[in-house]
Amino acid sequence: MGRRGEGKPVSSLAQGLANAFGILVGLLGLAAGLIWVERRLLALWQDRYGPNRVGPFGLLQVVADMIKIFFKDDWVPPFADAPVFVLAPMVIVLSTLGAFAVVPLAPGIGVSDLNIGLLFFLAMSSLGVYSVILAGWASNNKYALLGALRGAAQMLSYEVFMGLALMGVVLEAGTFDLRSIVIAQRHLWYCVPQFFGLVVFVVAGIAEARRLPFDLPEAEAELVAGFHTEYSGLKFGLFFVGEYIGIIVISAMIATLFFGGWLGPGLPPIAWFLVKVAVGIAFFILLRASLPRPRYDQLMAYGWKVMLPVALANLAVTGAVVVARAGGG
Amino acid sequence: MQLPILTALGSMWEILRHTFRPRETIQYPEEKPRLPPRWRGRIILSRDPDGQERCVACYLCAVACPPDCISLQATEDAYGRRYPAYFRINFSRCIFCGFCEEACPTDAIQLTPDFEMCEYDRRNLVYEKEQLTISGTGKYPGYNFYRVAGLAIHGKGKGQAENEAPPTDLKDLRP
Repeated sequence: MGRRGEGKPVSSLAQGLANAFGILVGLLGLAAGLIWVERRLLALWQDRYGPNRVGPFGLLQVVADMIKIFFKDDWVPPFADAPVFVLAPMVIVLSTLGAFAVVPLAPGIGVSDLNIGLLFFLAMSSLGVYSVILAGWASNNKYALLGALRGAAQMLSYEVFMGLALMGVVLEAGTFDLRSIVIAQRHLWYCVPQFFGLVVFVVAGIAEARRLPFDLPEAEAELVAGFHTEYSGLKFGLFFVGEYIGIIVISAMIATLFFGGWLGPGLPPIAWFLVKVAVGIAFFILLRASLPRPRYDQLMAYGWKVMLPVALANLAVTGAVVVARAGGG
Repeated sequence: MQLPILTALGSMWEILRHTFRPRETIQYPEEKPRLPPRWRGRIILSRDPDGQERCVACYLCAVACPPDCISLQATEDAYGRRYPAYFRINFSRCIFCGFCEEACPTDAIQLTPDFEMCEYDRRNLVYEKEQLTISGTGKYPGYNFYRVAGLAIHGKGKGQAENEAPPTDLKDLRP
C-alpha cells in the first residue's frame, strides 16, 4: 500500500465532485452511444452497414432512439406488483454505476479510491441479480419469471468463480485496492501470469453482464424477452442502459485487473485506459456476433465442471508461486 | 475431439474476418437495385400495335385476383368491340401475385419492374384506366387479339383473321 505515489488519491471536494460528475455523464453518454456502436459493429461483421442515415455515420441514431423511447407510454401492467416493477430497472443502473465508482481511470481520475475496491466491485455486480429477480417476479408473467429464474441461477453460479478468478490477481498484487493493482502491473500485465484467471473472469463477466452468448435470462427465441418481457418505454430503456454500463464495467475491470489499466507507452494514461476498454467492448460485441446461445444445462455444467475447477487450480498454483517467491513454504 | 473453446475462438476469428468483406447492402435511394424484366411490380394496361386498347373487359383478371383489387365495367363501341368503361386497380390491396397477367387472354394487363409507387394518401393508390394504360405494347410486341380471333369486327369479317380458314357453309353438302 506504500506504492501509491503515481496513483494519487483524489484530493479536494470540488475536484472529487467534478470527477464524479464527469465520469457519470461520460459513462451514461458512452452507454447510450454503445447502442449505435453495437449495431454498427454487428452490421460490419454481418456484411451490412447498420444505421448510417441519421446524422454523420448514423451517429444521431442514438438521439432518435432516445426521443422515441422518451415518448413511449410509461406503462405498468395492471397485474404487476407496481412498486417492485418500477424499482427493478433502477436497481440495475444503480448497481452497475456503483460498480464503476471504484474503477481508476487514470492517475487522479476516478470517483472513489476504496482500499477494498475489488470487493466493492464484486458486491455491486452481485446486487445486479436483484434487478433481474425483482423484474421477473414483479411482472407476474411466466416468461418473465422463467427468465428471472435462469438469471438468478446463472448469475449466482458464475459469481462464485468470478470472485475466485480475481483472487489470483489479489494474491499477486497483495492488495484489494484497484489503483495499487494497476501500479503493481508496471513491469508485467497480469494477463500473462494470470492467464487462466483472465479466461475465467472474461467468461464469468459475460455471464454477469447477461450478454450473448450467455443471455439466457432474456433468450428471445424461447422467453419473448425474459425478465423484461413486460417492460416498455423508459423502464425498458433503463434495462438497456444498465446492460451497456455493465459491459463497460466488465471491460474496464478486465483492462484494470489484467491489462495494466492506464499503463502504456506514449499516449496519455486516460487514452490508454479508454483504448483498452474499447477493445474489451468490441470483444463483447464480437462474441455476440459469432457465438450461439448454449443450452441451459450446458451453461450450468460449463460453469461448475470446467470454470470452477480451473479457477480453483489457478488460485492454488498462484498461491504456491507467491509463497515460493516470498521464500516461505 | 475439438475443445469447445477452440471451436468458439475459430468461429470468432471467422466472423472477425468479415470486417474486410464487401457489404451486401444496396444503399437504396442513391443506388437503385437491378430489377429483372419479369419483376412483378406496378401493373399496366397495354395497347396493341395499332394503338387500340388490348383489354376486352372479359373480367378474367378480376376473377383471378386473390385480394379482389381489380374492378372494371365492360362496354362495347359502335362496331361491337368490347372495352372497359372503367378499369380500376386498388394498389393498396394488390399483392403483386401476377395472376391477372396469367389470366389475361389478350396480354393486356402486365406487371412491370417498378415498385416506387409510395403515396402519402391511401386514396391516391387507386389507379384509374388513365393512369394504368400505357402507349405501347409492353412485354408482348406485335400481338393483336382481334387480328387472330375469329370474331367479326369492324373491317374484318369471318374467316379473315390470320391463320384462319374461311367459314364452312353448314347448309352445303359438298366437301
